[in-house]
Amino acid sequence: MSERISASEEPKVALLNDPKIRSLAFQILVVVLTVWVIYSIISNAAANLERQGISSGFDFLWNTAGFGVNFSPFIDYSETDTLWTVFWVGIQNTLIVAIIGIFFATILGFIVGVMRLSNNWVIAKMAYVYVEVLRNIPLLLQIFIWYKGVLALLPDSRDSLDLGFFGFLNVKGYLAPKPIFESGSGIIVIALLVAVVAAIFIARWAKKRQMATGQQFPVFWASLGLIILLPLLAYFLLGRPIGVEMPNAAGKFGPKGGMKVIPELIALLVALATYTAAFIAEIVRAGIVAVNKGQSEASFALGLSRGQTLRLNIIPQAMRVIIPPLTSQFLNLTKNSSLAVAIAYPDVTSVFAGTALNQGGQAIEILFMTMATYLVMSLVISLFMNWYNSRVKLIER
Amino acid sequence: MTQNNNSFVRDKMEVALAPPISEAGITGWMKKNLFSSPFNTVLTLIGAYLIYLIVPPLLEFSFFDAVWSGTDRNACTTEQQGGALPNGWHAACWPYIGAYMQFFTFGRYPDAELWRPIFLFVLFFAGLIPLMMPTAPYKRFNMIFMLLVYPVLAFILLGGGNVKLNGFLLPESIMAPSEFKFWVDFAILTAVVLGIVLLMQILTKTDPILPLLVALGIMVVIGLVMFFMSADFGLHEVETDNWGGLLLTLVIAVTGIAASLPIGIVLALGRRSEMPTVRLLSVIFIEFWRGVPLITVLFMSSVMLPLFLPEGVNFDKLLRALIGVGLFSAAYMAEVVRGGLQAIPKGQFEGAMAVGLSYWQSMRMIILPQAIKIVIPGIVNTFIGLFKDTTLVSVIGLFDLLGAINNSHTDSSWATPVMALTSYLFCAVIYFVFCFAMARYSLFMERQLDTGHKN
Repeated sequence: MSERISASEEPKVALLNDPKIRSLAFQILVVVLTVWVIYSIISNAAANLERQGISSGFDFLWNTAGFGVNFSPFIDYSETDTLWTVFWVGIQNTLIVAIIGIFFATILGFIVGVMRLSNNWVIAKMAYVYVEVLRNIPLLLQIFIWYKGVLALLPDSRDSLDLGFFGFLNVKGYLAPKPIFESGSGIIVIALLVAVVAAIFIARWAKKRQMATGQQFPVFWASLGLIILLPLLAYFLLGRPIGVEMPNAAGKFGPKGGMKVIPELIALLVALATYTAAFIAEIVRAGIVAVNKGQSEASFALGLSRGQTLRLNIIPQAMRVIIPPLTSQFLNLTKNSSLAVAIAYPDVTSVFAGTALNQGGQAIEILFMTMATYLVMSLVISLFMNWYNSRVKLIER
Repeated sequence: MTQNNNSFVRDKMEVALAPPISEAGITGWMKKNLFSSPFNTVLTLIGAYLIYLIVPPLLEFSFFDAVWSGTDRNACTTEQQGGALPNGWHAACWPYIGAYMQFFTFGRYPDAELWRPIFLFVLFFAGLIPLMMPTAPYKRFNMIFMLLVYPVLAFILLGGGNVKLNGFLLPESIMAPSEFKFWVDFAILTAVVLGIVLLMQILTKTDPILPLLVALGIMVVIGLVMFFMSADFGLHEVETDNWGGLLLTLVIAVTGIAASLPIGIVLALGRRSEMPTVRLLSVIFIEFWRGVPLITVLFMSSVMLPLFLPEGVNFDKLLRALIGVGLFSAAYMAEVVRGGLQAIPKGQFEGAMAVGLSYWQSMRMIILPQAIKIVIPGIVNTFIGLFKDTTLVSVIGLFDLLGAINNSHTDSSWATPVMALTSYLFCAVIYFVFCFAMARYSLFMERQLDTGHKN
C-alpha cells in the first residue's frame, strides 16, 4: 500500500522559503535601502549647501562668465557672455575633437588592422609593434608627450614651417587656409545634397535592375562623378562664391590670418586618433580573421576578382563582427576627449566643469550638466551604430 | 641457374638534397616574406624607410646622445642655453631622472620611513608571483594572505595605523565617543547580526548551528582587522598627501582592482536577476558610470562627494579618488562578467537547481567559476585599462607617477628643454612594462585554463 497524496493539499513550506515571498521581501529591502541612500545624500547636500551659503538652481547660467576661451570657431565668444554660452562653446569644442578624432582613428585603425594581416613580414611586425606600444601607454601620458614633448619642439612663429598651400606650422599652433563663404555658397551645399540623394536613387535603381536582368551598372563611378561634378558645376556657374583666405607670411611676428588651430587641439587630436586607432586595428584584424577562409575560396571559384571578393564578400561579413566593438571605441574616444582638461583645450569638461566650476561653486549643477552631455552623446552614437548594425547584421530565419 | 649478383636493391634512404639556395635559409625566408612580388618589395622598402625614420633617432635620443651623469641642469644644456653641450643637441637627460628617482617612486614619503613602502613592494611581489604560477603550492593560504592579511598590513604600514575609533551606533548622550564605545557598539552589532541569522533559520526551520558559526566567524575577522588597524605599533603617521609616485599609482590600481571585481560580479548578477527592481537598479548604475568619462567621475568624487556626506565626516583626497575609480571600474567589470554569465548554457543553471543548490550556492560553485574563466582576458583588459586610467588622478591634484613627473618639471635646478621628453619616456617605459606583462600573463592563463571545451 502506498501513501496517497491529495493534490488539493498545499505543500507545507515555511513562509520565508517561498521563492515569491523571498524575492518580494528582497526587492522591498533593496528599494528601501536605495531610497534611504538617495534621501540621505539629498538632505546632506541641501544642509551642506545651506551652510556654505550656496543657492542651488540653474540661474547661475545667465551670469557673466568673466573669463576668456581661446578657441571658439563657430561662436563669437567674449568674456561678457553668459556661462550658458560657455557651455555651448565647450560642447562644440568637444564635438570638434570627437568627430575629427573618430574620422582619423577609423581610417588609421583600418589601415593598421589590414597591415597586421599582411604577408609582408616587415609591415605585419610594424603594425604589431604600433598596436602594442600605443595600447599599453596611458592616453593622458601620450597627450602630454605630444603636447609638451613633440609640439613644443616646433619653431617659433617668426620662423614658422611653411607648408605651402596648407599654411604654416609653429609652436603657437597651425595656421590653415580659411574658407570664405560668400553669398550663393548655400546653393553649392544644396547641389551637394541633391547629388547625394540622386546617388542613393541610382544605387537603388541599379540594384533593382541587376536583380531583374542581371545587367550591372557602374554605380560607384556614376555616384562619384555626380557628387563631385554637380557642386563643381554650381561653383563655377555662380562665379566661384567660396574663396580661401591664406595666412599671410609677412606679419611682423610671424604669419597671420587664416584659420588658427591651437596646439592643444592638435596634440589632443593626434593622441586620441593614434591611441584609438590601435584598438580599432585589433578589432578590424579580429573581424577579418573571423571570416571563414572558404568564403574567399568560394568567391574565387565563382570567378570574382580579388577586389570584388574583398568588396562583396569579405568586408560585408567582417563588418558584422567589427561594428559592435567599433561602436564602443567611438564612445571611448568621445569620453576620452575629456582629457583635454589636462592640457587646457577648452572642451566642455575643461571650460565648464573646470573653469566655471572653480569660479562659481555650483558644483552639483555643473557636473550634472557635464555628465548629462556625455550621456546624451553616448546615447546618440550608440543609437546610430545600433541602427547601422541592424542593417548589416546577419538576417537569420 | 646462376645467381644474379648484379641485382641492386636499395636498403638505405638516399640523403635528401638540400633545398635550393633560393628557398632555404635567410635568403629563402626573405624572398618569401619580403620580396615575393613587386608590390611586396615596395611595401618592404617603405617599411624599412619608416623604421629608419623612427628607430635610429629614438635610440640616439635615449642612449647614444644621452647624458648619463651630472648634478644639475648644466649637465644637460647646450652652449646657447648656457651649458657645455654642442648647439642642436637634443637627447635624454638621465641624471635628472636619477635625482628624482625617489620622488617618482615614493613621492614625498619621509626618508626615515622609506623601509615601509619598500618592504611592502617586496612583500607584494613575493606574494603575487607564487599566486600567479599555476604550479606553486599553498594557493589557498596565499590567497588569504594577499586578500586579507596584505591589505591590512599595507594599510597599517603605509599610513601608520593607530586609527581613532569612536564608535558608530549608540548616540553620544548615552556614551561619550571612545575606543571602548566602539567595541561596545561592535558587540551590539554582532549580537544583532547573529540574532537576524538565528531568526531566519528558525523561520525557515533549518539547522541554525552552521550559519551562526559562519556569521560569528565573519564578525570576529572584521573585529580582528579593526583591532589591528586601531592598535598602536609605534609607527609614525604618514598622511596620504605625502604618498606619491609609483607607490600611489600601485595603491590606486590595486585597490581599484580589488574593489571592482566583487562589486562588478554583484552588479552583473543583479543585471541578470529575475527581480525587476534589482535588474533596473543595476542597469541604471552600470550604464550611468559607463556613459560618463572617468575625469568627470573624479571631479564628482573630489568636489561633490564632500557635499553628500553628513557634517563632520571627512574623506581625504585619496579615499575620494579611490571611491570614484572603484565605482567606475566596477561598472566596466560588471559588463565583462555579464558576458561570461551569458555564455554559460542554460543547462548549467538548471542542473545546479536540480541538485538542490540554492541561488548563491549554484552561483558560487557552478556558474561563476565557469563564467569567470571564460572572461579572464576581458577582466585583465579591464585591469590594464584601470591601471592606465590611474594617471587621471593627477588632474585632481594627486601625485601619482605622472603627477609626480609633471610636478618635477617646475624644478628650476633641472629645467631644460629635454626635461619633458626624458621624463615622459621614462614614464612610458614603466607603464608599458606593467601593462604588457599583464596582457602576456592573461594570454598564458587563457592557455592554462583552456580545457578544450571551446568550440
